[in-house]
Amino acid sequence: MRARRRRVWRAVQRVALYGAALAFTVFAVFPFYWMLLTAFKTNRDLYVGATDLSHIPWIFNEPPTLDHIRLLLTQTPYLVWVKNTALVGALVVAITLLAAVPAGYSLARLSGRWGERLGIAIFLTYLIPPTLLFIPFSRVIALLGLQNSLWALVLVYPTFTIPFCTWLMMGFFRSVPRDIEEQGMVDGYSRAGVIRRVVLPLAVSGILTVVIFAFTLVMQDFVYALTFISSVGRMTVSLGVPVALVRGDVFYWGSLMAACLITSIPLAVIYNLFIDRFIAGLTAGALKG
Amino acid sequence: MPAAAVAVRRRTAGDREDLLGRLMLAPALAYVILLVGAPLVLAVLLSFTSATAGSLTFTWVGLANFSRLVRDSQFQLALRNTVVFTLVSQALVIVLAVTAAHVLDAAFVGRRAVRFLLLLPWAAPVSLAAMAWTWIFDSTFSVINWTLKVAGLLRGWLYWFGDPTLAMIAIITVHVWRMFPFATVVVLAGMSAIPQDIREAAVIDGAGFFRRLVSVQLPLLLPIVTVSVLFGVVFTSTDLGVVWLLTRGGPYNSTHVLSTLAFQRGILGASLGQGAAVALFLLPVLVVVAAVMLRVARRAEVGA
Amino acid sequence: MAYVETRNLHKHFGEVRAVDGVDLAVREGELLVLLGPSGCGKTTLMRMIAGLEQPTAGEIYIAGERVDADVPPRARGVAMVFQSYALYPHKTAFGNIAFPLEALGRPPAAIGDAVRKAAGMFGIGHLLGRRPRQLSGGERQRVALARAVVRSPRVFLFDEPLSNLDAKLRAVARFELKQFQRQIGTTTIYVTHDQVEAMGLGDRIAVMDRGKVRQVGTPQEVYDNPADTFVATFLGSPPMNLVEWGADTLLGFRPESFQPRAVFGPDEDLLTLRLRVREVEHLGSSRLVYGTLEERARSDQPVIADLPVTVTTPIAEGEVYDFAVRRAALRYFDARTGLRRHGPA
Repeated sequence: MRARRRRVWRAVQRVALYGAALAFTVFAVFPFYWMLLTAFKTNRDLYVGATDLSHIPWIFNEPPTLDHIRLLLTQTPYLVWVKNTALVGALVVAITLLAAVPAGYSLARLSGRWGERLGIAIFLTYLIPPTLLFIPFSRVIALLGLQNSLWALVLVYPTFTIPFCTWLMMGFFRSVPRDIEEQGMVDGYSRAGVIRRVVLPLAVSGILTVVIFAFTLVMQDFVYALTFISSVGRMTVSLGVPVALVRGDVFYWGSLMAACLITSIPLAVIYNLFIDRFIAGLTAGALKG
Repeated sequence: MPAAAVAVRRRTAGDREDLLGRLMLAPALAYVILLVGAPLVLAVLLSFTSATAGSLTFTWVGLANFSRLVRDSQFQLALRNTVVFTLVSQALVIVLAVTAAHVLDAAFVGRRAVRFLLLLPWAAPVSLAAMAWTWIFDSTFSVINWTLKVAGLLRGWLYWFGDPTLAMIAIITVHVWRMFPFATVVVLAGMSAIPQDIREAAVIDGAGFFRRLVSVQLPLLLPIVTVSVLFGVVFTSTDLGVVWLLTRGGPYNSTHVLSTLAFQRGILGASLGQGAAVALFLLPVLVVVAAVMLRVARRAEVGA
Repeated sequence: MAYVETRNLHKHFGEVRAVDGVDLAVREGELLVLLGPSGCGKTTLMRMIAGLEQPTAGEIYIAGERVDADVPPRARGVAMVFQSYALYPHKTAFGNIAFPLEALGRPPAAIGDAVRKAAGMFGIGHLLGRRPRQLSGGERQRVALARAVVRSPRVFLFDEPLSNLDAKLRAVARFELKQFQRQIGTTTIYVTHDQVEAMGLGDRIAVMDRGKVRQVGTPQEVYDNPADTFVATFLGSPPMNLVEWGADTLLGFRPESFQPRAVFGPDEDLLTLRLRVREVEHLGSSRLVYGTLEERARSDQPVIADLPVTVTTPIAEGEVYDFAVRRAALRYFDARTGLRRHGPA
């Protein structure tokens, strides 16, 4: 009797587990499903209105169409925004690497005791949000004559990528055994030579992670782009799609959701591959114990 | 022996660790000081001036911006909204995240796939996700309304962005949707750091699932949950994109938060001083968060 | 003439004096072991010689050249083998061994020849294409040794290179290491906390404690004539017995020289002591007898006698027996300073 009850209880637990997993997944994925649906639905299928209870919005009532995608790619500046984003992203990644990789190493190995504290201080600046900084920045950008220029973004984005990536790199460099670096020094190399010949090759995966995160952080920004960029032709994807993919007052929801979908999904896939390192970086302090 | 090897017998710059350390740190430090530190100071200074976007002159007005704000009902509402959005969404996020982490921690088929899907909201650019929700909450085409109607749960009609309460619910929904996957993964990382033998010991001691959760797992998870909550607080309380794209602060300016109000006054309204003063009210939150974070980190270090 | 020499060398970490005034002279071609408990400063001393640590004060000379201040590790002509072997994980065994030669700017053909020759010395020629994680512990150690040898350094520095090997492999590796050092005759400094390793390997041993060198000598000298009570008790297993002998004198004698009276001849010059036996341990090749002395001498620790199997005298726990030491085997120490004395005072 007891054994049977336990078996039933197990089964109930199992069902509850899958039920909960399903519920969380549905909540998380639902907007993306909605993007997918909207992006490929015909306008007739799309703009029925929720009052018509006989028309089920959750499925394709008519065969899917590529019209919205075609419109997005040919009639809108979407591809220009992609180009702008790629340009800004590449420059910001380059600046971030040039600053964060050496700084991470310096804090991990060459700065002695105050390296730890300075590292934490730099990390904390990552917590200073754009909300506090966009107003003074707008003054700085105006002074530099960079209003409505992509260079404003190139200048400003490293303020959040550098602190975070420095912190990440510091962690990576710490995980390179000291012995190996010292061995390199005994084997005939200067500290600088050891960094180039031993440490950097060992930190390749860390550097790759930093590239990915710097780029996704750039993609995530909306505030600075909104503050500094006003011409449609100079916008990034995450600014252009929400504010400029509207004709007059009319939203082109099909194309808009298509843009959201084809921007988000590749990013999310890449991001997912590196998320564990990201978490490890953020929680380095709390997890140590 | 080749000459090169003999020529560098003495110390060069590449051998001098202190020098090298400073040189390598300098670019990052300069960037942070010049473009984070200095603007932060400028933000504080601006809040004491009547600076506008058009002219480059500053007029010192002391605490005038602040005293005007404190009496400003619009500002009071924005402050209240910021607190409400942050607290409510973070409370929901913790509950969802701890539950979801336990679900994900239990071995089941398709766990990796579920984890991948759960992380989509966090990885997608926030402005694009906000647009998807804007469409989901659309006044005419809202799929939520349709579903509620069909299920017989809704009599009238929900104008999501036309009603202050509904608009706030919509905003909180998006915040929770965005933050809980992140929190889940953080908590999950914390759970996998709990030594397996502690968990097994609890099972052998005959503790049931909830006993285990409350008396073993939660205390051990506390530091990591704290960290995730602190990040959540920072990201949510300072967020501008979600509120701006969903409601623009509407209807009737009822859903403004500090960040959107600062944007409206400082950038659109061109009065930098006012905007800076509004945004500055977020600073105490950040200071507290930073302080707690440091404590958690230090305690973890002492414990190690 | 000393080949590696330190003069009044100090290294302080804040309040802690890790190395506290060491004068050490290593002769050309010898293998000197730095022996001491963990935290005694032996590794710090070696790291200062390698240049990985800057001395707080003092001087270091290698082959007559002063190196402490201005010569970086890469230019000191030393090769080091770390406890972890510190192989470069991203390089093959070949790449690891070739790395020091690349630093010297040798042409690739010469590098290839030298690497293969060094690998041949250690019988790892067939492993050159593998990466460190594909190698066993013993193979890694050989790669590390080959890398140390390949550029013909002036000095070898070994930091407990055998402690990561299992016990069986360690004995073989120790023997091979000694053979190899004899063969190429390079001055070697070898750090260990393992006295068996030290006795087996060292031409001379420098015993260190709390940042100071207590005694330098051949293994036999250090063992037979310890300079103070620290050396006396650190070396030997079980350690030398120390008992109070008068007001300010400690009497020391090795367990293996403390035998039942009957073992000795009637005319020998002996000190006879009555031992109350507390416990007898049978270790196969010997018996350890633990007890307390009945008269005169007092000690906190039990007095131990190490009886070889050839001594068949029956010993029962709880009984009192006559034990004896040859007077020549007695050592005297100052009770206050712990330093060796040349007589009972």
